[in-house]
Amino acid sequence: MHPPALWDWESGQRVVLASMERPENAAWVEEPHASPDGERVAVLASLEEGAFTALVNGEPWENTFDKAWNPRFSPDGRLTAIVQQDGMWTLAVDGEVWEENFDFLWGTQFSQEGNVIAACMQSGGQYGLCIDGAPWDTLYENANQCVLSADGKASAAVVQLASLKPADLDAFQGGVFGVAVNGQSWGKNFVNCWTPAFDAQGAKVATQVRTSLYDYTIAVDGQTWDENYTSVWEPRFNPATGKAVAPVRVKSAWGMAQDGQIIWEPKFCQCWQQVFSQDGKNIAAIVAPKFGAFTVAVNAKPWSVSFPVVTDLVIGREGERVAALGNNDNADWHVMVDGQTWAGSWDMAWKPVISALGGHVAVKVEKGKRQTLVVDGRTYGRDFDRLFEPTFSPDGNKLLIRAIDKGSFVRIVAEVGKV
Amino acid sequence: MGIADRLIEDVGLRRGVSRLTPEKIEKIVNAVITGETGARLKAYAETCVRCGLCAEACHFSLSHPGDPSYTPAGKVHQTMSVLLNKKGKVDPDFIYGMAQLAYTECNLCRRCVHYCPIGIDTGYIISTVRRICHKLGVTPQYIQDTAHSHSATFNQMWVKDDEWTDTLMWQEDEAREEFPGLRIPIDKEGADIYYSVIAPEPKFRTQLIYQAAAIMHMAGADWTMPSEPGWDNSDMCMFTGDFEMMGRLKRKHFESAQKLKVKRIVMGECGHAFRSIYDMGNRAVGWKMPPVPVIHSIAYFWELMTEGKIKLSKKYPGPVTVHDPCNVVRGQGLHEKLRELVNFLVEGGIVETASNREHNLCCTAGGGVINCGPPFKNVRVAGSKIKADELRATGVKTIVAPCHNCHGGLEDTVHSYKLGMEIKFLGDIIYECMEKPEV
Repeated sequence: MHPPALWDWESGQRVVLASMERPENAAWVEEPHASPDGERVAVLASLEEGAFTALVNGEPWENTFDKAWNPRFSPDGRLTAIVQQDGMWTLAVDGEVWEENFDFLWGTQFSQEGNVIAACMQSGGQYGLCIDGAPWDTLYENANQCVLSADGKASAAVVQLASLKPADLDAFQGGVFGVAVNGQSWGKNFVNCWTPAFDAQGAKVATQVRTSLYDYTIAVDGQTWDENYTSVWEPRFNPATGKAVAPVRVKSAWGMAQDGQIIWEPKFCQCWQQVFSQDGKNIAAIVAPKFGAFTVAVNAKPWSVSFPVVTDLVIGREGERVAALGNNDNADWHVMVDGQTWAGSWDMAWKPVISALGGHVAVKVEKGKRQTLVVDGRTYGRDFDRLFEPTFSPDGNKLLIRAIDKGSFVRIVAEVGKV
Repeated sequence: MGIADRLIEDVGLRRGVSRLTPEKIEKIVNAVITGETGARLKAYAETCVRCGLCAEACHFSLSHPGDPSYTPAGKVHQTMSVLLNKKGKVDPDFIYGMAQLAYTECNLCRRCVHYCPIGIDTGYIISTVRRICHKLGVTPQYIQDTAHSHSATFNQMWVKDDEWTDTLMWQEDEAREEFPGLRIPIDKEGADIYYSVIAPEPKFRTQLIYQAAAIMHMAGADWTMPSEPGWDNSDMCMFTGDFEMMGRLKRKHFESAQKLKVKRIVMGECGHAFRSIYDMGNRAVGWKMPPVPVIHSIAYFWELMTEGKIKLSKKYPGPVTVHDPCNVVRGQGLHEKLRELVNFLVEGGIVETASNREHNLCCTAGGGVINCGPPFKNVRVAGSKIKADELRATGVKTIVAPCHNCHGGLEDTVHSYKLGMEIKFLGDIIYECMEKPEV
């Protein structure tokens, strides 16, 4: 069911599937996946007779396959899996397969609403994307780092535009890689391209490029910035202004540039993973003011707290909250919100979730193999065998908790103030 | 004698040198020395007293007795010392020889650090020479092609995204014939272990993936392998001197593991990748230590052994000798765990080579030397004569070498010096000797 406003937001717990036990006819079942609305839980199962299928709330798909992998629920609640039959691969969506088959398929992606499904494909040694089953008209010797626009109407990938003979240094350094959008190459060759990204409207694409072994910059729709840098990281478009923003390294220090102009002074040992508020006025990024000490900077100003490792940076729609995780040695995880560290340390923590309204923050955490939530700094009173990512109601007042509890899949709607 | 007397034609070196001018050389040499080095290089340059003790450290030197140009101090004398003394005012022909020496006559093995009375790390100095060579565009053809592959595919052997996952599935299928129900869990979020390998495994050593899956399966490990790039932990950019790409590769690798929320990374039997992950690559992007703990296979198998999770149906017939990979022995001190493990696995124990543990002689393939390819194979094999002598003296038929490049180098050494020895990974022996299900 989609959108989230239509989900069941009645407070309380409901058992969706009483037993997650492996059925007798299954040789094994794989890891569970929960639908966004928490109404379904799915696992891939290898049946005793050798075929694969998906069990959705315990019920098998009508179709079985020689192989199945990469199960994913789309944002609009459809279960997808990449499946193989008679040696050819395709995508099964709620058990029904695309008409097209491919030599290989991987990297399922969804538009923001989930109405468009894409995947990377290879057939006959030619590579590209397929959108809802339809491959690009033009395919390439290689295509990777595939990306879909938010509305799903555009897709892009880094593509190989010419063949390389073995160990042909001149050809490689002359540039054989580029970016194709909807299958059409920009017509510009680079030594390397990395992490193409769409703007909010799906109209422009920015990518990291290397124009020689030593010169890094950003290209937008094929046009490089005027400036070169000793390195760059992933460009992102400011959702309000449409300008491309990327971390850049000048000599040996990292800062941030926008359309080729420095906007954060290069003074960091590291700077990456920038995010924007919807109004474009706030930019946050993970930075290291000094070697081995990472934190978050908001509009170039670093927080005072630091950890050896910082991950999972998020920002609220209005920029009212910025949250990230810090850890020591991939254990001893802490939640940081707006520069303050919440009480509590965890064996593992997952990306914080910020409510669309109200500025609430929820984080899935784990300690001693048990998983629970921390919401606005308070630890939920229950723990579970396994939790899925929490979701706030559109008004920010309730929280959907999807969990496996004592072998059952349960769906809990809790009031945020009572968590 | 010196490097100028033994130049070898290489497409990459010749191509690079042909584009140089004295002005460009001077500019780049001084930019690297002033911008990227500091007290460490200055201290090394000013404190070496040419005592010659390092001559006893280097396998190239020991394999070429009486030729000081192969000693660590001699190598520095022919490269960095010239750059420093002449303040970068050298000609392109000099750069050719300097690059050939730096890439093919030093394995960056750091054995010489142990023999130098003042602890000079010649490996660091030669790495800096390589960094200058990279900036000058003078790198051997084959290792540069490997660096290109890293940049385009995030693995060292041009393995495409589908080929990787397809190989995992193929090995899983094969292994299920022998181990019913075995899985290679792809992209399993929250697994205890992220298992990483180097690209030669999917390319032509697929049995190692099979064996690792079998061992994980029988040990009951909670593990995963990623479907996306980042799976290759190797790093020839570290050895060409492209430190920007080195950092990019390690970011990709660690973020791949972080994305899956694993507890730790267990890496296959590779030495240089450990150096990149545990020391150089992680630090190139600002992490003081690996952001996700990295466990080399030696330590992981040792852990399984001590926890009783490797059950043997037989022991491997020995005795054997052990080759200590430089990067995990001098890099992390795994030599005793390696011996405890081998003694557990092998009937007849270990016959040590004369040089062992942290003083082990390099295989002569490491540091990217073997990756410089066929033009320099004879240089490499000649430099391993002392290693061959030590191996022959053990009188055993089996070498246990838990490192890919060591395997490649030792295979050439064993063949060239007619040692008649077999070379085994730990995984080979564990797989062969462990209890397996009745099918």
